[in-house]
Amino acid sequence: MSTFFLLLILLMGFLITFQIAKASEYVGVLKGEKKNFEQNNRINGFLMIVFLVLGLIGVYYCNEIFRGKILGESASVHGVEIDRMMYITITITGIVFVLTQVLLFWFAYKYQYSEKRKAMYYPHDNRLEVIWTVVPAITLTVLVGFGLFYWFRITGDAPADANQIEITGKQFGWIFRYPGSDGVFGKKYYQNISDKDNNSLGLLWDDPNTHDDIVTSEMYIEVNKPVKLIINSRDVIHDVGLVYFRQKMDAVPGTPTTLWFVPKFTTEEMKKKLGNPDFVYEISCDQMCGRGHYTMRGVITVVSHEEYVLWLAKQKANYAQVMGDQAPAGGAKTDSTKAAAISTSRPAANLATPAAKQLVATN
Amino acid sequence: MSNEATLHGHAETDLPVHDLHHDEHGVHHHKETFITKYVFSQDHKMISKQFLITGMIWAIIGGMMSVLFRLQLGYPEAHFQFLEDLLGSKWAKGGQIQPEFYYALVTMHGTILVFFVLTGGLSGTFANFLIPLQVGARDMASPMLNMLSYWFFLGASVVMCTSLFIETGPASGGWTSYAPLSALGDANEGSKAGMDYWLISMALFVVSSLLGGLNYISTILNMRTKGMSMTRLPLTIWAILFTAILGVLSFPVLLSGFILLLFDRHGGTSFYLSDIFLTETGKALPNEGGSAILYQHLFWFLGHPEVYIIILPAMGLVSEVMSVNARKPIFGYMAMVGSLFAITVLAFVVWAHHMFVTGLNPFLGSVFVLLTLLIAVPSAIKVFNWLTTLWRGNIRFTPAMLFAIGFVSTFISGGLTGIFLGNSTLDIQLHDTYFVIAHFHIVMGVSGILGMFCGIYHWFPKMYGRYMNNTMSYIHFWITFAGAYLIFWPMHYEGLAGMPRRYLDYSNWISFNQFGDLNRFISTVAMITFAVQLLFVFNFIYSIFKGRRVMDRNPWGSTTLEWTAPIRPGHGNWPGEIPEVHRWPYDYAKDGRDFIPQTEPLGSNESAH
Repeated sequence: MSTFFLLLILLMGFLITFQIAKASEYVGVLKGEKKNFEQNNRINGFLMIVFLVLGLIGVYYCNEIFRGKILGESASVHGVEIDRMMYITITITGIVFVLTQVLLFWFAYKYQYSEKRKAMYYPHDNRLEVIWTVVPAITLTVLVGFGLFYWFRITGDAPADANQIEITGKQFGWIFRYPGSDGVFGKKYYQNISDKDNNSLGLLWDDPNTHDDIVTSEMYIEVNKPVKLIINSRDVIHDVGLVYFRQKMDAVPGTPTTLWFVPKFTTEEMKKKLGNPDFVYEISCDQMCGRGHYTMRGVITVVSHEEYVLWLAKQKANYAQVMGDQAPAGGAKTDSTKAAAISTSRPAANLATPAAKQLVATN
Repeated sequence: MSNEATLHGHAETDLPVHDLHHDEHGVHHHKETFITKYVFSQDHKMISKQFLITGMIWAIIGGMMSVLFRLQLGYPEAHFQFLEDLLGSKWAKGGQIQPEFYYALVTMHGTILVFFVLTGGLSGTFANFLIPLQVGARDMASPMLNMLSYWFFLGASVVMCTSLFIETGPASGGWTSYAPLSALGDANEGSKAGMDYWLISMALFVVSSLLGGLNYISTILNMRTKGMSMTRLPLTIWAILFTAILGVLSFPVLLSGFILLLFDRHGGTSFYLSDIFLTETGKALPNEGGSAILYQHLFWFLGHPEVYIIILPAMGLVSEVMSVNARKPIFGYMAMVGSLFAITVLAFVVWAHHMFVTGLNPFLGSVFVLLTLLIAVPSAIKVFNWLTTLWRGNIRFTPAMLFAIGFVSTFISGGLTGIFLGNSTLDIQLHDTYFVIAHFHIVMGVSGILGMFCGIYHWFPKMYGRYMNNTMSYIHFWITFAGAYLIFWPMHYEGLAGMPRRYLDYSNWISFNQFGDLNRFISTVAMITFAVQLLFVFNFIYSIFKGRRVMDRNPWGSTTLEWTAPIRPGHGNWPGEIPEVHRWPYDYAKDGRDFIPQTEPLGSNESAH
């Protein structure tokens, strides 16, 4: 019913506007075309300056009310650089923005039609045109320079001592893998993936390096220690978005990508800084990935070195979870996930390790 | 091909032209029926109106979709019973928009507005209408292909529209339709039959665009009237020429990308697919060795030029309207042409700036940063030239002029935020957030549509021989212009906070739930702004039939050729000879005269521009 009334009100509004518009057209004819035009022109000229003033006030007001809600203190070392770059760019573009908008609306207001004024025949001026080619070019060179300087620092190789964590996107969630005590990620093959057999990444148990790999649904990292993410996807393209670390990288099926950063604050420190007891570092999926895209949330907990070691020690390796207690380390005697690998016959040459080839061959 | 040859063998309405042909070719006995005049018309003016009205219908549908998903974004908790009544329980269960439906809405909104409204509607209308009239030609180089261009466009429209009604819903992987999401029906409901309809429709659209583009280029290059050298062309025509070149060179690449996608969908190939295990079915796909990123390269090789395909014609229309209503020549004509050319060339070498965070080689990324920010230079030149055109003019605020000024304002605002996104370092934080939404809506969507309105208001008297109602036009402009800023300006802040785009609901996110009130505000303004567009549509239709009649051939005091034709030109445009051109199109305020038409020969002591 309320919808109906809303539509009715809308319709009434239209009718009234239409009647006024028609009436003003008749009045215009009565008043004479010239007089009518001059009056309209004055009103619109005035509105130009009103729009400019209200617009600039609005911009200022927006900056004030959103000040605390955007770009809170960056929680990574790279993030600080990105924020600095952001403020440099905001300053430069801000100046250009105000200058050009003021000129645009001011000129429109100032040079509105007047019977006394004659427009000036001014088709070109090479000197002026050179100025506004060169000045933007120089400004942009500065911005490109700053930008690329930071870009190469951020996308450069991760330090050798960085902790490595593999993160895999799927519809709709994240899977994390830690290399375990050997520091090496074991081999995996996507045909081997089986959710029901608890092998969500398709690890190949024939590779002994997989045996201590930890697969979790939560992510812990150490504060002040570089961390390198190796990013994969199991199905469609996802994106690892880390707002407070100012990082983002697509997860592409078939093509691993990486990013690295150094977290500056633990989750607890960040809670205090932001005054928000519910705060956690969230991983948001930033690439459209299907119906559950908006629910694809992961959580990163940043902790001290001691807490990190303790947490890691408590995690059970994926191999141990699958094989249960009877599984002796180093063997693959009762591989319950083998079945998944049979499901499609494929050339063994595609497989990465001799062990994997053997795995397929035995099937 | 000569101008007369194009007309030969066609039905003509206008008596004077008819007479002319009687003299030249003896008696014709063409009878014009309703079908040949309004439906299968080969007259460029009628085809342009067909494009315009089809585009307007699409704009209403696409705009309506945005109102629906803004309803969801503004009021994620609310239940709107009327939505379930209207759309059924599959798409709006309990009056709440379901995720599949939401993603279908954003996908269709993007596709419709980018391709059907701002490419088909904008270029199709003004290229068809203005090229022959402004270069002094009887019609397009090939009126037949021109007609086909419209019918392919309509075909594309029908297929796209049909896809809205199929059981699994229309495509819902975003207007970019990134593979593998768009390739796998099991990954996304909209990637089932809806995606096939989408691809077929887009293929038809590409055909339409190519037929149109080739026609525009050949007409501009070959069919200019006597004296109309390239440097005497109005900037509208230059802009359309570059637009057509961009389209002809980049649309085929898009089509190739789509064909590969079709093969992946139905042919078992692996162009874009590799290492995929679907949670939905619990099965691993056999495809290996494909590259999902390849699709993005093929898509953005058109996708980026596409934004210039939208904005260049708008720039052309605005330049022309601004000069006419400032009563002053456009400042720096050659610089304007040069910057259009520079933008056209650069448009082909910046596409990967959409892909900074796909794992692209950082060095390659840096090259694209440089090339992308280079585009800001010609854009800046254009802005400063427009500002100088206003300086010391004698400005008439016709509705068209208001939209032209609005265009420059939004183009500045949106252009400046492009400097953020083109810089890969900042793109890391801003990529795929509301900052991107704000940026491209202001610089491409709003500017494009303001440019289109500018053109409609300015050439409406030429199209229909009547004026639109001024009061409604002024209301339309001020609310649209203010509304556009109120909607999109605050989105920048959401983007700076990293709020991702294409989310159905933000309330469960600690990092992004601080903007609930703002989202509600934006949704409300969006609905008001949409309602005002309906006022425009009403004004447009009403004025076609009941508007004040145009009594003066040249109501705006304009120099260009279209205003030398009769108030309602027939097929063939000019009775008798096509006028000869003697000067450039921007002789306003020269030698103490208000304006000097292009057809007037240079005076004895007058210097040419």
